[in-house]
Amino acid sequence: MGKTFSRPEALSDAHTHYCPGCTHGIVHRLVAEVIDELGIRGRTVGIAPVGCAVLAYNYFTCDFQEAAHGRAPAMATGIKRVRPDLMVFTYQGDGDLASIGMGEIVHAANRGEKFTTIFINNAIYGMTGGQMAPTTMPGQRATTAPAGRDVEKTGMPMRMCELLSSLATPGYIARETVLKPKYINKAKKAIKKAFEFQKENRCFSFVEIVSTCPTNWGMTPLDAMKWAEDTLLPYYPLGEFKTPDA
Amino acid sequence: MAKVLMKGNEAIGEAAIRAGCKNYFAYPITPQSEVAEYLAKRMPEVDGVFVQGESEVAVGYMIFGAAGCGERVMTTSSSPGISLMSEALSYIAGARCPAVFVNIMRGGPGLGGILPSQGDYFQATKGGGHGDYRLLVMAPEGVQEAVEMTMKAFNLAEKYRGPVMILGDGLIGQMMEPVEFPENFDTTPTNKDDWATSGMDTRKSDKKNIVKSLFLDPKALNDHNLLLKSNYERMKQEEILYEGYNTDADYKVLIVSYGTMSRVCKTAIDTMKAQGLEIGMIRPQTLFPFPEKAVHEAAVKASCSHVVSIELNMGQMVEDVDRCVKGQRPVTWYGECGGDIPTPEEIIDHVKSLLNN
Repeated sequence: MGKTFSRPEALSDAHTHYCPGCTHGIVHRLVAEVIDELGIRGRTVGIAPVGCAVLAYNYFTCDFQEAAHGRAPAMATGIKRVRPDLMVFTYQGDGDLASIGMGEIVHAANRGEKFTTIFINNAIYGMTGGQMAPTTMPGQRATTAPAGRDVEKTGMPMRMCELLSSLATPGYIARETVLKPKYINKAKKAIKKAFEFQKENRCFSFVEIVSTCPTNWGMTPLDAMKWAEDTLLPYYPLGEFKTPDA
Repeated sequence: MAKVLMKGNEAIGEAAIRAGCKNYFAYPITPQSEVAEYLAKRMPEVDGVFVQGESEVAVGYMIFGAAGCGERVMTTSSSPGISLMSEALSYIAGARCPAVFVNIMRGGPGLGGILPSQGDYFQATKGGGHGDYRLLVMAPEGVQEAVEMTMKAFNLAEKYRGPVMILGDGLIGQMMEPVEFPENFDTTPTNKDDWATSGMDTRKSDKKNIVKSLFLDPKALNDHNLLLKSNYERMKQEEILYEGYNTDADYKVLIVSYGTMSRVCKTAIDTMKAQGLEIGMIRPQTLFPFPEKAVHEAAVKASCSHVVSIELNMGQMVEDVDRCVKGQRPVTWYGECGGDIPTPEEIIDHVKSLLNN
């Protein structure tokens, strides 16, 4: 009888440091499966961010570089421009990408850099301990917004897919989630498309994954999944926002 | 090849190409923008890469990413821009990637001015970015030396797996001089298979390469920093460069000066020699590692009664000079820090005033 389920070759057997109920593990697996299916592991370079995924290089079995906070898209630009034959992806959280690295991601997308960004949006700073992010919801509590996010003082949550989709440069921009099994296949399809567009040297590709942070939200994993579905998804709608063909 | 007349900034760009650097990322800033303008035209001619980044911060990481692949890469900037790149410099040093940074200095702090300065000596030689690291810093006195140092910088960056800085100033960037480019130069990046993220397919083994500066285990970070330190110690053994000027004479005063400023000093020394007054000079060509022994030995020469560090800043290198002289002679500073350059006559007046006091 053949094996029906096994660890992707692109994923190491290391134990991850992620908290229980966090979806980084699921997304790592989906990226690894896509790398395997496209047969690109030997020419892939991942870029780890600053934040919860800072140790991502321990979990994938391909070459990796580690960026500073927010700078992964600039680093990916450097790699991809000097080695266009490599498959390059950044893996970034919302504090990293939508706050300190806003300039880098917008300009990389606008230049049409031919790399792929996996963007994990859990509406909070995870690694630094639950501070407010640009993606934190109105009224959502954070250690630096103890009474909840006050939009009069901090503005509204940033919607990165919508923002990047406004750029005139062709690109692939999609938002998915892995909150329930029914979403996971769609998320994987989007990630695969994002890598395929890069493989075909067609466009910048960006997949946002609406995620959870039970630890910093102060919820059980199950409550976190429900809260994300009820609260985040209405504000961060799923789907493809832009394709290079459109 | 024959000598050609080139502007300093353009010559630096051409030198990079001739050193095998096909990858250049930059952000415009006076007084070095001509490097980007020159390479925007030249890089496509050699199938090279030029990207004008959205900021110096981003450019620093474009350089980091490209360097992490083991390719020869360079950026050029000027003082405020180098401040923005300093974050990346720290990361590149920490991740042990070879890269060449050219700083065509202008006056500071802050926006300062756009005229020549040597105000970034501290930043270049004492850190700039955070953490325990050093840059190998070379300071050219003119366009020819800027070309030679730029070319050499790529090999040195690879030898030590770290960033190397060419510290020029606005005058060197803007002036035109005849230059000759060294030939038969080794332009192949070296030693990259063991560490660079060039893709696992390019290696025989199934080993993945990781370019990073994160060491959460204190012992691992300690070991890593000691490895960096051993590289810096090796630089002190193998890479110190300096020029002695009129140091065979029994000079009364020793000048220590580098870059543009040292050329004016040479004119002043020649003039004083014709007047019967012997003045010597040590011109550091590497600012880190600093020519400590040479400065010390020149300072304690029996005929020498005073050491003066002449700089285009408010006195930065003078601290290193003082450290080398170890209290055996009085060490003072002379210079300008607003963008003007002292004339030979002003230097002569100052040196004579030292002897009269």
